[in-house]
This record gives sequence, structure tokens and C-alpha cells, in this order.
Amino acid sequence: MGNILEVTNLIKYFPVEKSFLDKLLTSQKSYVHAVDDISFSINRGDILGLVGESGSGKSTTGRLCLKLTEPTSGSIVFEGVDIAKLRGEKLRRFRRNMQMVFQDPTASLSPRIRVGDAIKHALSFQGVGTPTQRTERTRAMLERVGLEPWTNFYDRFPHELSGGQRQRVVIARALVLNPKFVVADEPIAMVDVSVRAQILELMLELKKEFDLTYLFITHDLAMANYVCQSIAIMYLGKIVETGPKEEVFGKPLHPYTLALLSSIPVPDPKAELKRIMPRGEIPSPINPPSGCRFHPRCPYAQAICAEREPQLEELRPNHQAACFFPRM
Amino acid sequence: MPLLDIQSLVVEYHTVRANVKAVDRVSLSMEKGRTLGLVGESGCGKSTLGLSTVRLVPPPGKIVRGHITLDGIDVVNCPDEEIRRVRGKRVGYIFQDPMTSLNPVKKIGDHFVEIIQTHEPEVTEEDALKRGKDMLERLGILPERIGDFPHQFSGGMRQRVMIGLALVLGPDLLIADEPTTSLDVIVEAQIIELLKELKESLGLTLILITHNIGIVAETADRVAVMYAGRIAELGETYSLFEKPLHPYTQALLNSVPNITKKGQVLSWIPGAPPDLAEPPVGCLYHPRCAYAFDRCKKEEPLLLRHDDSEVACHLYDKR
Repeated sequence: MGNILEVTNLIKYFPVEKSFLDKLLTSQKSYVHAVDDISFSINRGDILGLVGESGSGKSTTGRLCLKLTEPTSGSIVFEGVDIAKLRGEKLRRFRRNMQMVFQDPTASLSPRIRVGDAIKHALSFQGVGTPTQRTERTRAMLERVGLEPWTNFYDRFPHELSGGQRQRVVIARALVLNPKFVVADEPIAMVDVSVRAQILELMLELKKEFDLTYLFITHDLAMANYVCQSIAIMYLGKIVETGPKEEVFGKPLHPYTLALLSSIPVPDPKAELKRIMPRGEIPSPINPPSGCRFHPRCPYAQAICAEREPQLEELRPNHQAACFFPRM
Repeated sequence: MPLLDIQSLVVEYHTVRANVKAVDRVSLSMEKGRTLGLVGESGCGKSTLGLSTVRLVPPPGKIVRGHITLDGIDVVNCPDEEIRRVRGKRVGYIFQDPMTSLNPVKKIGDHFVEIIQTHEPEVTEEDALKRGKDMLERLGILPERIGDFPHQFSGGMRQRVMIGLALVLGPDLLIADEPTTSLDVIVEAQIIELLKELKESLGLTLILITHNIGIVAETADRVAVMYAGRIAELGETYSLFEKPLHPYTQALLNSVPNITKKGQVLSWIPGAPPDLAEPPVGCLYHPRCAYAFDRCKKEEPLLLRHDDSEVACHLYDKR
């Protein structure tokens, strides 16, 4: 099998804009530590779920993997090529292999472009085929994502479609180039509850058919559990736990994972809830806490947690966690 | 006597295109001290129903028919003076987005003073602030933060402030419209735990409007499932989750992943909710229903008693 994507020591700091007065008073620059030295890899054909709360850096990580955001440092090796070093025309051509599905299908589609054209543009941009072939391919793709017959959809504007249908268009546009790797950033968060499973099912079918690898970004643990094979849990720019889904969700090691799992509302009134509630909320990534970033909220924290930063360690086969006092 | 009694309520939005029935012949009543979960997808009318109970449906929306009785007060027809006394004093309301519900240029303390003095003009500013501080402390916020502005609070803290503002006048009924939708999982759990605790200690009656089936399962005694402006099913939480009657309820419950279940297969509902400007004839759910038969396409089902629940579906109507 082998890895399709290998990310090593990836860092992204965003500079914080300071007011004129602050600039005069201090020379020190401050940064949002959005992604702070993470390493992970994705097996070909795998679905890796990147799970975390807002502000954990999961979306930035997704964008970095496609180089939609320039990394501060680190390497992103896709099929042997370090895309962190690619520029210009080379990068543009490389992007054929990797596509993205965004959270909000309404914001991802131009309201003035007919959906058929939106899909076709992806092909013309990459210079694939003749105009007739492009149209043919767009039609086939519309039908493949369940917008059939294509004649009913090709000339429609996004506002004429339902949320679920719009997300299908976005998926069609991402897959029409036949990519190998797709980053899906909360692809169903804006879709009605009753059609979410259908969009997921479509994505899983297409994965098989197109031989895809997914990076699935979500805050919904139950959804991640349903879709993914492996899981990486992010907290304040760090991966705190990663491994196969059965391991991470079945035998969580990191107190943060435990807290997340115990917070999910279970759709069963008979379920017994034993909540492990961390104190407060996720702190600002501008000045993240020293040592383990979770220590101010962690119920098991001790002195060492504030002093030293725990590294990801393989505590069980394939199952890594960054914690001095893992819940074994 | 129930605290809240709604009878055949119809709320319409009058638009150029059509008169859209956002709430259509909804009847339900609530005993004191209970929690009702109002669930449904976006656009099903659950928020409009919530707003109707305090006559706050925004124009072009209008209550066109039906009765709402809140602790003996006729909400639909009472004078404006009286409905203003109901809002805040008898009914507390929490909105989805705590960012847009607080005035960004006013301190948290000013919010408390405004609410208290509007309803109790005799209270001094000092006393009002004192009450605000006590409320904050009760909600796990340091009382000295009453001098802070909304932007100085995190999302979860802001929602706590909103809960405080809704409860500071001591209402009997609390309506929470998607109170945790913009929050992260852990903070969501914190707020839900807080609401459950407050409900017990203050003896509140709670209406929880949400699309999150998990939250309903966890907090509600009774559940009303809404679809396209109508109640599809109404029943006790346990029996509704154990044995959902309406095909829509069944499908909705099957579409939600449960992390505690192994090997779950999710299903979905084909199509999309109807356009209420041009609703389908018969049962509004029939174009998406797996069990639809002839009668469903012609005749609209009524909400009828079945075992311990009420359900609007021809499958259970043996007349």
C-alpha cells in the first residue's frame, strides 16, 4: 500500500496584525500558532479523520496539505514530491492530483455561474481534453453524483438547488479531474440532517470507484467514527492522539480524547453518560500554554505537564498519544 | 392545568410569491416542570413555533389562527402591554447565536440593568447589578466580569450570559432555540449540563428547540417531531426513541450516527423537504416516504392518538 501523503514537522504561524500604537510600543511580533509542528502520514486508499474543536488547526492543516496556504516550515511529500517546495506552473499542474471539498457549498459556488460550467471550468483550467470532451465529462460527472438526468441540472444556477444538491456539485467539481487525494473539510456540516448520510455514502462510493484517499476534517466524532479508518485528534495546533479508529475511539489514551468522547450527545435516551468535563474552553493559539497545551484544563495534570511538552509516542501498536499520564 | 397550551396554531409568512404556512395547525400542551424537545430539520417551523409563544414572530410572519394560553394569559389576543410583561418575566428566551444576541457596545452589566429595569422600574441600578452578579456566579462566571464587554467573553461564556439574562427575572418557562449549535462539543456538553441543573434547581419548564437528536435524547421528557410546519409525532422520549411511529421519525433517527453502536448502517431520506410555497397535496411527507400509499397522496393525515403517542400518519389511522 504505502503512504500517499507524508507530512513532517509541519508548522504554520499566522502573524497577528497589530495596531499602529502597539507597533510603536513593542517590537515583538506575535503569531497565531495555528499548526505547530505536526507529523502524520496517510496510507493510499485510507480515510484519515482529522478531529478537533474550532481553533484546533484542523482546517489549516487541510489547506496546507494542498498548499492552499503556504507553510511556515516543514515538508509535505505527496507521492515522493515535496509540494512545500513546488511553485507556479508546476504546483498548478500538480494540483490535478489533489482536490478539496469545502464546508459551505453555497460559498464554494459562484452564484452567477451555472453548475455545469462550474464543473467544466476545472477541466479547462487544467487543460484536459477538447471542449466537447469536457462537456461530455461534465455531464457524466453530474449523473455520477446523483444529479440525473444531467439536462435538469447542467444549466441551473446554485440558488436553484437544495443544499444537498449543491454539495453534490462541489463533489463533482472536485472529482472531475480524477484526483488521487481529496481533502474534505466538514463536507456535511451545512447539509440537512436527513440527507447527510446520503452525501457520506456518495463520498464512500466515489472513493472506491476513483481509488481515492481522503483527509476528512470534522468536529463530529460520531461522524468520524462512521466514515474513517484512522483518526488524528488535534488540540491547539498539535496532534495529541492518533491511530486506527477502533483504538482511538475504543481505547482512548489522551485525556482530551476522553473528554471529547464523553461530551458527545448520544441519540439514545437510555445511554448512561459519564462525563469527564475539562475546565473552561480552548485557550487562544496566540500564546498557547507551556508544556502540554491541554494541561490547564486537564483533570489529570501534574507539575511536569506545565514544564515539558509531551511527544507523540507509540503506546500501543499503531496507536500514538502525546501525554505523560496516558489513560492506559 | 398545563402551563402552556397551544391549540390549532397557524402562523403564515406573507410573501409576494405565496402565503407560506410555517406552522400549520399545531396543538400541544406542556405541564409545569417538564422538558419538551422540539426537533426537525431547518425550515420545519420549530423556531417560528417557539417565537409564537411570546408573539415575537418577525414580519411578514403572522399568527393567523389558533390559541396560545400561557398560565391563563391569552398570548395571541392580549394587549401589547401584557405581552411585554410575559416576555422576560414569565418566559425566558435563549437564541442560537450568543454573539448577535448581545449588544457589542454595552457591558454585560448594562444588559442586566436594562432587562431588570424594563420590567421592574423601581429597582435601582445598584440592586440590578447585584442581581446580575449573583446570576453570573450561579452560572460559573466570576461576578467581577459584569463590567466586561461581550467580545471579552468566549462563545461558551457568552451563551452562559445569555442564559443568565433569560433567567434573571425568574421566568417559569425557558425556551432555548438551538442554544449550543454554534459551540464546540465540550462547551456544548457544559451548557447542556448547566441547563439540566438549572431546570432542576429552579423548577423551570423547558422547551428545547434543536436539530440535534442526541441532545433531545439526553434532556427531554417529551419530544415533538416537526416536518414542514406540522407535528408529525409527539410522544414521551423513551417510547419515541424505542418505537418511533411516523416514517419520518424512524428515518430521522436512523440517519444519526451513534458512536456507542458498532456496525451501524446509516440511512437517509431521499429528496429534500418540500417548498412550503407550493406544498404537495396530501401528507406533506409522502414524496419522500417509503411507505406512502394512495391515501397519502390525497388526504392529509391528522395528528391522532396511538398507544401513548400522537402521530400524523395514515398507517396508524384505521378509520
